[in-house]
Amino acid sequence: MAGKRFQVLQGNEAVVEGGIAAGMRFYSGYPITPSTEIAERSALRLPQVGGKFIQMEDEIGGIAAALGASMAGLKAMTATSGPGFSLKQENIGYAAIAEIPIVIVDVQREGPSTGLPTSPSQGDLMQSKWGTHGDHPVIVISPSSVQECYNETVRAFNMAERFRVPVIFLMDEIVGHLREGCELIPPEELTISNRRVDREFNGTLAYAVQEGNYVPEYAPFGSGDHFNVTGLFHNLDGFPTNDSEVTDSQERRLLDKITKRRDRIEKWEEVDTDDCEVMIICFGGTARAVEGAMDASHQYDSVKIGMFRPITVWPFPEAALHKILKHNKHLRQIIVAEHNDGQMILEVQRLVEGTVPVTHLGKIDGTTITPDEILEKIKEVY
Amino acid sequence: MPSKLIENTMRVNRLPHIWCPGCGHGILMRDVAQAIENCGLDPDKVVIVSGIGCSSRAAGYMNYNTLHTTHGRAIAFATGVKLANPELHVIVITGDGDATAIGGNHLIHAARRNIDLTVIVFNNSIYGMTGGQYSPTTPHMEKGTTAPYGNIDYVFDIPKLAEAAGATFTGRCSAYHAQQAIKLIEEGIRHHGFSVIDGVSVCPTYYGRKNKKGDSVKMLNWQKENFVDVKVAEKLPPEKLEGKTLIGKFYESNDKEEYTDMYMNLIERAGGNK
Ligand SMILES: Cc1ncc(C[n+]2csc(CCOP(=O)(O)OP(=O)(O)O)c2C)c(N)n1
Ligand code: SF4
Ligand SMILES: [Mg+2]
Repeated sequence: MAGKRFQVLQGNEAVVEGGIAAGMRFYSGYPITPSTEIAERSALRLPQVGGKFIQMEDEIGGIAAALGASMAGLKAMTATSGPGFSLKQENIGYAAIAEIPIVIVDVQREGPSTGLPTSPSQGDLMQSKWGTHGDHPVIVISPSSVQECYNETVRAFNMAERFRVPVIFLMDEIVGHLREGCELIPPEELTISNRRVDREFNGTLAYAVQEGNYVPEYAPFGSGDHFNVTGLFHNLDGFPTNDSEVTDSQERRLLDKITKRRDRIEKWEEVDTDDCEVMIICFGGTARAVEGAMDASHQYDSVKIGMFRPITVWPFPEAALHKILKHNKHLRQIIVAEHNDGQMILEVQRLVEGTVPVTHLGKIDGTTITPDEILEKIKEVY
Repeated sequence: MPSKLIENTMRVNRLPHIWCPGCGHGILMRDVAQAIENCGLDPDKVVIVSGIGCSSRAAGYMNYNTLHTTHGRAIAFATGVKLANPELHVIVITGDGDATAIGGNHLIHAARRNIDLTVIVFNNSIYGMTGGQYSPTTPHMEKGTTAPYGNIDYVFDIPKLAEAAGATFTGRCSAYHAQQAIKLIEEGIRHHGFSVIDGVSVCPTYYGRKNKKGDSVKMLNWQKENFVDVKVAEKLPPEKLEGKTLIGKFYESNDKEEYTDMYMNLIERAGGNK
């Protein structure tokens, strides 16, 4: 049982509870630090709600089985960390082209290869967008508190189901292992989206889309519509084709699913962004240090600090950032704080276009950025 | 005019297929379809899962729920389909490369779990789709485009590998011996557990040409002359079996409980059926 409404949970545990509230009934994966608690709690909790858990032989099998389960109609998730995230990439692309809903959690750890298995990092930000080959749609969400792990997992499932895309839940060790209070909001009080099924319209033509829509509404296997699912470019019935017109229209529709629905996908937090002089842009667990720095600075009240935090990191909330740049006449400096050697800053620089100086506060030694280090950086550049 | 079987089980509008003239894969696909028909399965509940390769293209032609996945991963996808909905009859069509090279790990672990899948390997002893590179079933010292001096690797014996890993049904059939193949696949589908069938195919285009085996007819004739049913072989002296390949059912056991049955039981114990 989920038990009490208010509980002290780890971020990793809250992901499982949020998933179950969203309707997750299948988990398959392979253990890896610092994500393992997600597998452990899924193994315990899913059978209690009639769901299924399977520990596969590797991470590729983990995502493959979850995609198979999703095709059979269950909401499915897999979770991993860096090395396993690399292994899953091919099938993330498969999910994108075959339009199979799935949530993939990556609890980031420091460094390439085995790196520092137990240390925080945000080095997979670009991989979460570009990791699988070819042009493909992507939604990536990054939570910064245990409560957000719960709520945003629900949103991740909702978007995966609604748009029939892989949604990547990009956590870091800070949030994954953080313990704090979490309200386990029951499903009745949440918005839960399920994939739409219109057998009358789709039937065998699984990949046909209705006028004004971008998402096909095919039924799960076993319903009676005999269609084909493939990672090759395909016709409306899923049968492979080399036709360049079909390829172009399919590829564009896959991308449009996201780009034409940005308003429903983007999410961010703003603190004092309308009149701050220094704005810190961060995501995930790094926000905790930024919040600490802001609290401390209020005591001296020397410079006014603001924070812009993308919660949906991809697609990046461009319009929101542009709005701040346009309206905040006091803004003199942007600092991008992230646990990597400079990834989100590339996106920020692209959008700021030199109108405000942008500097980087990055850390890649396996330790966390502290509020003091943020205040130091502000002093240094402002 | 397509035959009644083809009309009932194939996506007729998607034929003709992409395979080369004389390829053995089409024969084996037909055998699988016939076996499904013979078992009387509800086509709405049949799921064909395949990987990548000439063999794996079979899924697209078959008029069921079909899932053409990524190279080597068919069995892992199939595991998810079956566990999610154990009512579905899940049949995997794969190649020798797909199942035993890149996908070898999934094969042995699915066997170990004894999950109720029926895996038919369309084994042509070569990587057909990529143009004739040697595979884990290319015989020792035979040639492939990546083995111009002869292949120094040794082969996997697929039924033995599967049995050792825990499969509860194994056998071999061939493109030439269609009636026996249909019967064996039928038994494999009926078996409640993990079944692996080594379906020996022919690839005249690459394997045949590289190794001077002649055309398809000659290759199929070779199967006719060199393949011996296990039951017949039991009565033959060892010298008569030299250089021969055995076909038929090799192993069947009902001693191990099937995986999804055990999982449904586990859900019951965890209180998830309320
Ligand atoms: C990850 C990955 N690696 C390599 C390939 C290229 N590839 C496609 S099919 C194939 C071999 C197929 O051989 P087999 O499974 O024996 O099938 P056949 O074509 O012989 O029927 C290879 C290597 C691929 N598609 N994906
Ligand atoms: S290359 Fe070989 S396996 Fe592939 S279709 Fe041609 S004959 Fe068949
Ligand atoms: Mg082959």
